[in-house]
Amino acid sequence: MTREPPPAGDTPWGRAALVASLFAVDPAGSAGVAIRSAAGPARDRWLALLRDLLPPGAPVRRVPLHVPDGRLLGGLDLAATLGAGRLVADKGLIAEADGGIMIVAMAERVSPATAARLASALDKGEIVLERDGLASRSPARFGVVALDESVNEDEGLPLVLRDHFSFEIDLAAVRHNDAAWRWHTPDEIAAARERLPGVVAGEDILAVVSEAAMALGIASLRAPLLALRVARAAAALDGRSAVSADDAALACNLVLGPRATCVPTTAEPPDSEPDPPEPPPEEREDEPEGDENADADRELGEVVLEAAQSGIPPGLLALLQAGEASRNRAPSTGRSGALRHSLLRGRPAGVRAGQPGGRARLSLIDTLRAAAPWQRLRRGEFADAPAAAGPRIRVRKEDFHVARYRQRSETTTIFAIDASGSAALHRLAEAKGAVELLLADCYVRRDRVAVVAFRGQGADLLLPPTRSLARAKRSLAGLPGGGGTPLACALDAVRSLADSTQRRGGTPFVVILTDGQANIARDGTPGRARAREDAIGAARALRAGGSRVVVIDTAARAQPLAKDLADACGGRYLALPYARAESISGAVRAISPPTGGRLP
Amino acid sequence: MPLESSRFRQEGFHDVKDDDARRSPPRPQARSPRKSAAPARQAPVSARAAFPFSAIVGQAEMKLAILIAAVDPTVGGVLVFGDRGTGKSTAVRSLAALLPRIPVVEGCPYNCDPASPQGLCPRCGAQATGKSPKAKLVPVPVVDLPLGATEDRVVGALDLEKALTRGEKAFEPGMLARANRGFLYIDEVNLLEDHLVDLLIDVAASGENLVEREGLSVRHPARFVLVGSGNPEEGELRPQLLDRFGLSVEVSTPKDLADRIAVVRRRDEFERDPAAFAVAWKREEDRIRKRIVSARERLPKTNVPDATLEQAARLCMRLGTDGLRAELTLIRAARALAALDGDADVSTEHLRRVAPASLRHRLRRDPLDEVGSTSRIERALQEQLGP
Repeated sequence: MTREPPPAGDTPWGRAALVASLFAVDPAGSAGVAIRSAAGPARDRWLALLRDLLPPGAPVRRVPLHVPDGRLLGGLDLAATLGAGRLVADKGLIAEADGGIMIVAMAERVSPATAARLASALDKGEIVLERDGLASRSPARFGVVALDESVNEDEGLPLVLRDHFSFEIDLAAVRHNDAAWRWHTPDEIAAARERLPGVVAGEDILAVVSEAAMALGIASLRAPLLALRVARAAAALDGRSAVSADDAALACNLVLGPRATCVPTTAEPPDSEPDPPEPPPEEREDEPEGDENADADRELGEVVLEAAQSGIPPGLLALLQAGEASRNRAPSTGRSGALRHSLLRGRPAGVRAGQPGGRARLSLIDTLRAAAPWQRLRRGEFADAPAAAGPRIRVRKEDFHVARYRQRSETTTIFAIDASGSAALHRLAEAKGAVELLLADCYVRRDRVAVVAFRGQGADLLLPPTRSLARAKRSLAGLPGGGGTPLACALDAVRSLADSTQRRGGTPFVVILTDGQANIARDGTPGRARAREDAIGAARALRAGGSRVVVIDTAARAQPLAKDLADACGGRYLALPYARAESISGAVRAISPPTGGRLP
Repeated sequence: MPLESSRFRQEGFHDVKDDDARRSPPRPQARSPRKSAAPARQAPVSARAAFPFSAIVGQAEMKLAILIAAVDPTVGGVLVFGDRGTGKSTAVRSLAALLPRIPVVEGCPYNCDPASPQGLCPRCGAQATGKSPKAKLVPVPVVDLPLGATEDRVVGALDLEKALTRGEKAFEPGMLARANRGFLYIDEVNLLEDHLVDLLIDVAASGENLVEREGLSVRHPARFVLVGSGNPEEGELRPQLLDRFGLSVEVSTPKDLADRIAVVRRRDEFERDPAAFAVAWKREEDRIRKRIVSARERLPKTNVPDATLEQAARLCMRLGTDGLRAELTLIRAARALAALDGDADVSTEHLRRVAPASLRHRLRRDPLDEVGSTSRIERALQEQLGP
């Protein structure tokens, strides 16, 4: 065995191998590892390493992407049940993984439902089954390895899983030659596993870990708890029975670093002292044996925090420093909101008991499945009738199952075009050009398009939602320019259109092209100040409706007006003067919601 | 056809202290065979002790809402929405250990109350022949609805095993039966199938569950407090459903470092030695239990002065909540709080403390107002009752 002692945290592989060791010491306690990597030799080696370190015979189960509940949680084994004439349960993957690990492939695409089931099993350490006439409770102490193959920054594991996992590692930077090294033998891991229950962590360790999590802006309290467990595993791995500062630093580096949502403000003691009384007074009372003085505590805290900070992945660090990360890591409401269930079309998403007809389709197989176990009983009811008289399979109303489908809801792109004098003079032609390009995109994506134009006293719905590109173009071509800018009216019109789109089950996406120079108030009276006030108010209302908005500034020189508008409606701001029509269409495409039957 | 119910499964799920089986190691059948001859519906005994309610750090509003529901179940359920890792499910799951035990008719699958002749299940009703039934004390049922539960197990269905082996029709009560006179907890309520949520809310409101299957028609009492929790990031709950919960609380992770350290410390102690932790918190638990018991006794005698009623009505009008449900919940919650506090009269101060939880999920969303529901209620309270 190669025993090369570069400090394990130094190389990407070293870090990954260390995570494998720590995870193998306590898979259920550390709950999970997210591996960000494309399929490849590095990942295979890591998984092989992990298998090697786990106790011999520990179950390793793979969860396929679209695993049905019956397989994941367990349920009735219908074939065996009918064959044997008594209840036969099919043990689910979660129960099977007890004492070992579960590998989730393509974890970035795991459905929220599957993620929640895994998270709940991780929380409880057992799986409670209440399905298909079965009720049972089996132990399920396992760790999860989630293979995250996402390419873009905005993809990634479901947040609920990330919150439950201890580790996140990225194997992209692993060099092929490195990937042979390992730092611990299976025997060492086994010894550490034995030692783990006796490892204690002092009050000071608890405090610094909690402190580091808070300084990195990690809201969830699971993070410090997981870090604490990992620190224990690290101490056990090192053959000690108490958690040291190094263990805590390592755990914070591995567990807290990747979840940071802010870079800690360099805590100058004079800065932080006036406001929060640094050592919590209650703490001191509780802990008479905490005899270290405050200085030593702070030092320990700094060491740990520094370690945690150095665990922030470089890409994330850059984003954090730019203040961008919170946006990227926040859940995109559009993504989850755009999925809806339907009984008519889309991708199959399971079945449920219910009557077919109207808007629901019978699922024949599931109906027969539901009827199967009851055949003997039902035949018994007709015992006095001749056997041939009844139908061969007795299906009753309560057996009926209907299929459910899931589809992306259709996107309706609503254009609000400023055709007022101020805008028309400069930019109407260019705006029209940009809209035409966007229209072409919408056509490709099978979006519906609506156009609202505003000039003079009010806003007109030039084009009600349609898929016809030709009509949209015609309505634009005939659009005259000139007059005042009734921005508030336009935004109100857009909002009512967006609301009705949402009510019909669509996802509205609003593109506003304006210079922001509102000068007609909501009631049609001229006057800049009031017009502006009304417009900002209307923009806030639009934001409250939850639509995605892009404001394209058509002024010759970008001015704060349109930017303010974009902020008020919570939308993206793009300035036309700096961008050609094509790049605008590209930018809009990048932030428009996924759509139109094309499921990822 | 006489209703024959299968085994009574109350002993699972909620036993707390004096059940040694609970601490015994998990059944050794965990390993290999994937197909197990189903030890079918053996009592699901929880492998883990619950974290004590009193040891939950902070989260005052959530704890108060749960206590109010425990004192007066007619408040109508609690919805807890908020960040991950804030102890939402911990608080609910700790209830079974916290609440005083209740007497039930021995062997009754619906936890019938031997003292109340009304509202007995069909089984106890049929057996009631003058003499009082045999009773025993059990912990209050707190039934945890697992994700992926199928409808047949929730509402109850025919006993499949009996149908298969003996060709017999027997009703197998579901989780609604087990939750009767207790709590039904749904974690991740926003991930539950809509039709199941509708069903649960209907049953919770009517207090009765009706099952029709294979020509069998069973009606049994199902009075329980529905407790739902979820994370708003996973999707909002439909407004119609929101309104059906009595109280709604928002939880967030504690911002205070000392609190956060306390959470981590207590959780850590609990995980390392649940039994010792439970002993350490026993006095606190007993104190809260006493508070609930005396509040329940005091509740019928707690007086709601006309002035308080009027304040409640005016507050609801000011906030423009629809219907009477808001007002009723507000009054009931305030009365339960007064009982918990040991006060004989419900004051405006009680109203003030329960108003956010009683009303925040019933406000119409005003698109022109960016202020959250909670601050709108606080503003209205200040305007009406003074600072």
